[in-house]
Amino acid sequence: MAEVLVVVEASQAAGVKKVTLEMLTIARSLGDVSAVVFGGDGAASALAGKLGEYGGAKIYAAEGEDIDGYLVAPKATVLADLVKRVQPAAVLLGSTQEGKEIAGRLAVKLDNGLLTDAVELAADGTATQVVFAGSTIVKSKVTKGVPIVTIRPNSVTPSPQPASPQVEQLTVTVGDTDKLTKVVERVAEQKGSRPELTEASIVVSGGRGVGNADNFKLVEGLADLLGGAVGASRAAVDSGYYPHQFQVGQTGKTVSPQLYVALGISGAIQHRAGMQTSKTIVAVNKDAEAPIFELADFGVVGDLFKVVPQADEEIKKRQS
Amino acid sequence: MNIVVLVKQVPDSGAERALSATDNTVERGSANNVINEMDEYAIEEALKIKEAHGGEVTILTMGPDRATESIRKALSMGPDKAVHVTDEALHGSCAVATSKVLAAALGTLNADLVICGAESTDGRVQVMPHMLAERLGVAALTGARKLTVDGSTLTAERQTDEGYEVVTASTPAVVSVWDTINEPRYPSFKGIMAAKKKPVQTLSLSDLGVAADEVGFAGATSEVVSSSKRPPRSAGTKVIDEGDGGAKLVEFLASEKFV
Repeated sequence: MAEVLVVVEASQAAGVKKVTLEMLTIARSLGDVSAVVFGGDGAASALAGKLGEYGGAKIYAAEGEDIDGYLVAPKATVLADLVKRVQPAAVLLGSTQEGKEIAGRLAVKLDNGLLTDAVELAADGTATQVVFAGSTIVKSKVTKGVPIVTIRPNSVTPSPQPASPQVEQLTVTVGDTDKLTKVVERVAEQKGSRPELTEASIVVSGGRGVGNADNFKLVEGLADLLGGAVGASRAAVDSGYYPHQFQVGQTGKTVSPQLYVALGISGAIQHRAGMQTSKTIVAVNKDAEAPIFELADFGVVGDLFKVVPQADEEIKKRQS
Repeated sequence: MNIVVLVKQVPDSGAERALSATDNTVERGSANNVINEMDEYAIEEALKIKEAHGGEVTILTMGPDRATESIRKALSMGPDKAVHVTDEALHGSCAVATSKVLAAALGTLNADLVICGAESTDGRVQVMPHMLAERLGVAALTGARKLTVDGSTLTAERQTDEGYEVVTASTPAVVSVWDTINEPRYPSFKGIMAAKKKPVQTLSLSDLGVAADEVGFAGATSEVVSSSKRPPRSAGTKVIDEGDGGAKLVEFLASEKFV
């Protein structure tokens, strides 16, 4: 069987990201799984254990300052060389900002098709995408070259399948045009120990109804009790209640958790675009006519400043 | 500084959108077509740079004839001129082919800086800035929530899931921006009137030296096999809080095994 290349998404704080485990799980149905790790020196050996647990039979490591010190371009160059060498059955990347950017450069370098935001990938390379605010399902195929597909987080349930990965160090040879954009600094902004928004199985979001930045503590409190991530509607972000990287919706993140809790969110179409495919949706809003109730499996019409504290107490009671 | 802003006309994301029943492209005929929202932030950023450093701002759009409406709207915010790449053969173009055409058009414009929105609201593919940088051999600073121009040095705060990265490069470069970067201005009455007289140059594929079979359906590197409407969600239980709303909510969460 041909190899399937999975470009590993990892973070300093969390190690291998869940979307990587999902990609490894999908890749196993397409061919022999090879993970590609980009990072500073020693990045691959730190991740090898986890990658092996989910079926990574081989790990290609491209490490060092030439990779880590520049934006995206060197990774695409190394990946393009690898694709030419191993002729994989498919290349999978995370549907994240960087995953898509690498995929875009790779597609141009190889004059090859690409598909983004896939939630399913069949053995014949047909990808399923959910578009237009979750209203339309599209099945697409790459018709030129190898399928380059980015996978949206929370698309499949990762399942382990132990392997003992062999690590192959790749020689990193990148030209000057790949080193035009330097990464000077990486700054982590506080989100505590909460899970990553797009990967969380529970998301608790606040909207305009939360009223101010300080009140977002209420949203965070419920998220922490449920072990979830915090999200925010555009109205809340535009009003300065919460940072933009937590925005759910048309101009923010798309999430697809098991449970989505909408607090003080009216549910404009732009917000629904980012959360409509959540498995279960619950909402608290004082406006009984708010469109969010049209898609909520359970809705409470009421004041979130009364409902949420009571819910918190009730959860604590049940947890103790 | 010579700045080109990429503007895409898209169907209004606040309304129902669909794929064409005949060829699975984005349905534009029946849609209310608008400037891709994120592009307005790109225009604003370009105008601010021009105001601070001098230069010229050009709008570049690829799209059907009706995209002219969006080009005039973009010009009413203040850019100097526009280039409209339009050709029937472009219908059905994939991202790879689109980047080929836009790169060819940029080749005629000699830009120091290309600014675009981080993504479009229709495709949300997010690949165009890096595809263009790859083709043009210039720097890309993408996902910017802040941009500083100091002579030919560009520094951006690139938003990431963890926080942000500070990235830096020299012009020429492609920069993409999120909607956190600024607050786009509203066109003034004077701006709207002036936009009607601003030059809009139309370019066809042959003007750009791109063959018709490299773009559109003929040159597509991917295809939509099928599309269908996703069944809409239906409303579930709705209760009015009568002092027990929080408890009822948790009861539901417990019944679904979330608590």
